[in-house]
Amino acid sequence: MTGLIEIADLSKLFPAGGGPGAWARFKRRFAGGPDSLPKVHAVDDVSFVIGKGETVGLVGESGCGKSTLVRALTRLIDVSDGTIRLGERELARKGARVFARDRDRARIQMVFQDAGESVNPRFTAFAAIADPLRRLRKHRGKALRERVESVARQCGLTTELLSRFPHQLSGGQRARVGIARAIAVEPDLLVLDEPTAALDVSVQVVILQLLQRLKRELGMSYLFVSHDLSVVRLLCDRVLVMYLGKIVESGPAAEVFAHPLHPYTQALVAAVPRLHESESTRLRLVGEPMSPIDPNPNVCRFYGRCPRGNDTCKTSMPALRCFGAREVSCHFAEDFLPRPIST
Amino acid sequence: MSAAPALSVEGLCVEFRTRSGIVRALEDVSFGVGKGETIALVGESGSGKSVTAYAVMGILDPAGRITAGRAMLGDLDLIAATPRQLADVRGRQIAMIFQNPRTALNPIRPVGRQIADVLVRHRKLSHRQALTAAVDMLRAVGITDPARRAKTYPFEMSGGMCQRVMIAIALAARPSLLIADEPTTGLDVTTQAVIMDLIGELAEQLGMATIFITHDLALAGQRARRIIVMHAGHVVETAPTKELFANPRHPYTGELIAATPDSATNLNALASIPGSLPDLRRADLPPCRYSERCPRKTEHCAQPLPRADANAAHDVACWNPLPGQTAGARNASAA
Repeated sequence: MTGLIEIADLSKLFPAGGGPGAWARFKRRFAGGPDSLPKVHAVDDVSFVIGKGETVGLVGESGCGKSTLVRALTRLIDVSDGTIRLGERELARKGARVFARDRDRARIQMVFQDAGESVNPRFTAFAAIADPLRRLRKHRGKALRERVESVARQCGLTTELLSRFPHQLSGGQRARVGIARAIAVEPDLLVLDEPTAALDVSVQVVILQLLQRLKRELGMSYLFVSHDLSVVRLLCDRVLVMYLGKIVESGPAAEVFAHPLHPYTQALVAAVPRLHESESTRLRLVGEPMSPIDPNPNVCRFYGRCPRGNDTCKTSMPALRCFGAREVSCHFAEDFLPRPIST
Repeated sequence: MSAAPALSVEGLCVEFRTRSGIVRALEDVSFGVGKGETIALVGESGSGKSVTAYAVMGILDPAGRITAGRAMLGDLDLIAATPRQLADVRGRQIAMIFQNPRTALNPIRPVGRQIADVLVRHRKLSHRQALTAAVDMLRAVGITDPARRAKTYPFEMSGGMCQRVMIAIALAARPSLLIADEPTTGLDVTTQAVIMDLIGELAEQLGMATIFITHDLALAGQRARRIIVMHAGHVVETAPTKELFANPRHPYTGELIAATPDSATNLNALASIPGSLPDLRRADLPPCRYSERCPRKTEHCAQPLPRADANAAHDVACWNPLPGQTAGARNASAA
């Protein structure tokens, strides 16, 4: 598969303040500066590829670094280490502020979680959709109006809705404005951060079907971030499972959900309520995730909550290993394989 | 339903007075929950699930007014009760878990003290005893190192832990009825499963009736014995969980099940529900508030809805229900 965007060894560390108080302030100021502070490993050495026209799902619990990864990928924040290749260009070295004026800005666009809060409340739907066209495509006047109306129509918004403000629109209409705004500049990669989390099921279906149709018509790739596994299963070709800044499992969505190999994925899949199944499989995670501040690089991140973990997991961090089309980082992945696959 | 219901709500009507007219938020809502039983109120946003809970708890917004109906908790009618009676019942006999634990907890009191407050008020413990008991409660809801955690503030805890604290507060006085209003919305699926297990186990231990409010039909189906489906302030269908999924009678229930992402293997097999909720301020609201979205509408639908049958196991408020396999519904002859 030809890669549209290739992410290699991407890391994002945040300095942890060292707490309030005069001593911490003193240390920050004089004793070695920010580098001496402990670091939150929000995204730690993550690599993956998104192919042309592919839909990749990114799942994981809150605080696992999904949003940081997405923000680094869309170049809204600077990265600490690693590379992001978009075609021939390397974007990771470009500052986030510089990239906002870059010619490739239009190629990566994002749909935010709740369009009611991410669209400027003082912009009409028209102004919201027109804004990226003005800035990135330099459309003006009649051309601008025509483009906005055509993209709105594509997203199922009628022309009379375009003069309304976000608070005058329903949840589903707002979601459409958020999508129209992002696809107006014809991006190659659309990053969707829980686009349906704020919607009722009946509206969610319509928005998901809209997204699928748009992808077919425009040939975009999607990175779909969600914690709703049943939605990810419906929409995505491939899925990445993240736990505490690391990708612990990846592979074709149908396979990963049918036979999860990593114990975390197993717990995640078991926790999803199903309509036609009265008792869920009793596999529960105990406790809280370990601290992301300077975690021991030789301990598996999942150790302590893992039902399978033993002393091996305390002394060596499992690497991502390939099993056919899938990758898993667990010492015991073989035990969970449905049948032996040559690696 | 068992012989002596823990709570029975009969013909509850609630209105909200707003600048643009009166919103008839609930109309003739009736249901009951037996002792030790878990039921679920299911519906989309705006269907009146939370308003029902607030009306029963007596914590409706001042703009809201209960115009008719009773909510019997044993011999006490919660709607007609005085504020003093309600204050005694709330916490001791009925407790509520709110949707967002971070905003529902007091941000400037340590969580242990917040649990102790309930114990001091309802179990008449001294402050010192109450604090010790609060630590025990924290342990019971599965918080590690409860003695230290009792001294922390809500902002120092994760969402899942805050929800555990909410559960500890709700269950501190051992109520006979628990109302859980979307207790796991905003939590991760793994945490959701653990919290729902916890509520279920504690309810079983204490023999507590639980009303579980959710928009997630799959979650409701997994946890509740009976499901009550609401739409635009009406109860449209009441049925045992298995029966409801196997045999939905109300067109809205059918569409809701078809729209939920698990029943379909691909996206195109999922059906959306056309139209949206009617404007509840309208004077000319049809008797069936679903009729304007309904594909099975007949001329019969302009008549008042069939009366609810409290004894039927499977009850549907529709003149032209989906054909079911069992003859349990009250209006099979009307179709």
